[in-house]
Amino acid sequence: MENFEPVLVAFVCNWCTYTAADLAGTSRLSYPKNVRLIRVMCTGMVDPQYVIKALLEGADGVLVSGCHPGDCHYINGNYKARRRIKLLKEILPQFGFEPERLRLTWIGASDGIEFAEIMQELVKELKALGPSQAKMKMVV
Amino acid sequence: MAITATIEVNQQDLLTSLKAFCTKLLEQDAISAILVPQRLPMKSMVMPTLVTEADHLDGVDPLSPAFPMNGAKVLAKLTRRPSGGKIAAIMRPCEIRAFIELVKLKQARTEDVVLIGMDCLGAYGNTDYFRFAGEDAEAATRRFYESVLAGKGAALDGVDLTTACQACEAPFPTSADIAIGLHGVDTGRHLLVLGQTPAGDDLLQQMGLPSSEVPTERQAIMDQLRTSREKYRDDMFAATAAATDNIDKLNTYLANCVNCYNCRVACPVCYCKECVFVTDVFNHDPSQYLRWAKRKGAVKMPTDTVFYHLTRLTHMSTACVGCGQCSNACPNDIPVMELFRMVAHNTQRAFAYEAGNSVDEKPPLSEFKEDEFQEVVGL
Repeated sequence: MENFEPVLVAFVCNWCTYTAADLAGTSRLSYPKNVRLIRVMCTGMVDPQYVIKALLEGADGVLVSGCHPGDCHYINGNYKARRRIKLLKEILPQFGFEPERLRLTWIGASDGIEFAEIMQELVKELKALGPSQAKMKMVV
Repeated sequence: MAITATIEVNQQDLLTSLKAFCTKLLEQDAISAILVPQRLPMKSMVMPTLVTEADHLDGVDPLSPAFPMNGAKVLAKLTRRPSGGKIAAIMRPCEIRAFIELVKLKQARTEDVVLIGMDCLGAYGNTDYFRFAGEDAEAATRRFYESVLAGKGAALDGVDLTTACQACEAPFPTSADIAIGLHGVDTGRHLLVLGQTPAGDDLLQQMGLPSSEVPTERQAIMDQLRTSREKYRDDMFAATAAATDNIDKLNTYLANCVNCYNCRVACPVCYCKECVFVTDVFNHDPSQYLRWAKRKGAVKMPTDTVFYHLTRLTHMSTACVGCGQCSNACPNDIPVMELFRMVAHNTQRAFAYEAGNSVDEKPPLSEFKEDEFQEVVGL
């Protein structure tokens, strides 16, 4: 357990959170290597099935992160994402998935420092939570 | 002004009266066809039929405990584009709710249809129905409704209503254009007919049925039925939650699943022409399966069973109307209706939405607001 390194799959939008991750990198900020960034054009394209697939097949946590309300490059993709996360947060805990394993954040393009801090915080939280039960089951 | 009328009944022969009502519907200039469940002439089975001539109404049987499919899909097929005529559709309340969901999902249209719903007496599962009906479906229907309407219950010959029906707190056609009422009505002498929308009133006006009043005790009887159904439903939810509240239990619950996807095929609101689970998206490279097996030691084949069910729940739980056709279709008797309805109930509550209630309420995932659900954002 002490050596447990969680896997955090992060769906980040091209215009805000991915840019923030880029900024964190060019600013030489460090954040845990547990994070697996998946760049999507918009959080509005993250179908709930991506989140479920990640949680069933190896992720200890999933982050969906995009632009702040009002800043979406596609006007309202982040609002759609928020409803889908609401839906998932309603469904998954009924089957024992801890609510902390799924997070939604808004990290703007200029928030490189905030990006690095949130990744550190999330990984710390997942380490405390321990390995996901779902990912090691023989039935997926 | 809502129209309240009656259909005459002789000696509790409801089927003949309903046939007469259908005949009268077909006589109306505004109606070109009716969609009504009928006993098939060749077999002891009840199916939706599309009828244009009154001499093909001999098997009219909307009271049968047979419920082979949710008719909303059939009606969507008939209404998705203008057909050049208007159809009067006689359906169960859960079929009407599913139809309304399909309208909102742009799979059907209300323009060319008059929805006629009946107080629903419930249904048996497919195999139970065959056993109950034997060779004489008409006698079976009569025995069924006589027992239920006399307050003697629906459990006959060792078969009972499906759990979906026993847990149905909404067996009343509240979202239909015209409702045919049985509860609180002296069904030995007449049936109650209620216009519930302007379209329903228009049609009733033309039909000129004898006018009447809603019996005073009707509401109380409906409330009582709703309360007892809610009790059954909530007990069912509690038992299902206890049986699935962690991933191991969920795996146990779904252990008999062979990924046949019958539950999806039977589901009236699962409308995608090509479900992602039958595409090549999850038809992985053979080496992928070996990698999974290697990582875990063993994987159950076919894979993506829990994944399929959880994904389908995110796709349809806001629209689930509780008809129970999923359980009816399951070849391995997994109580999927119990699971899907429980999740759907919680999902719909989370979005303050009631599936099938009204065409004017937008489905939860088709609208959004700038300032909402702040609780799911942030750490």
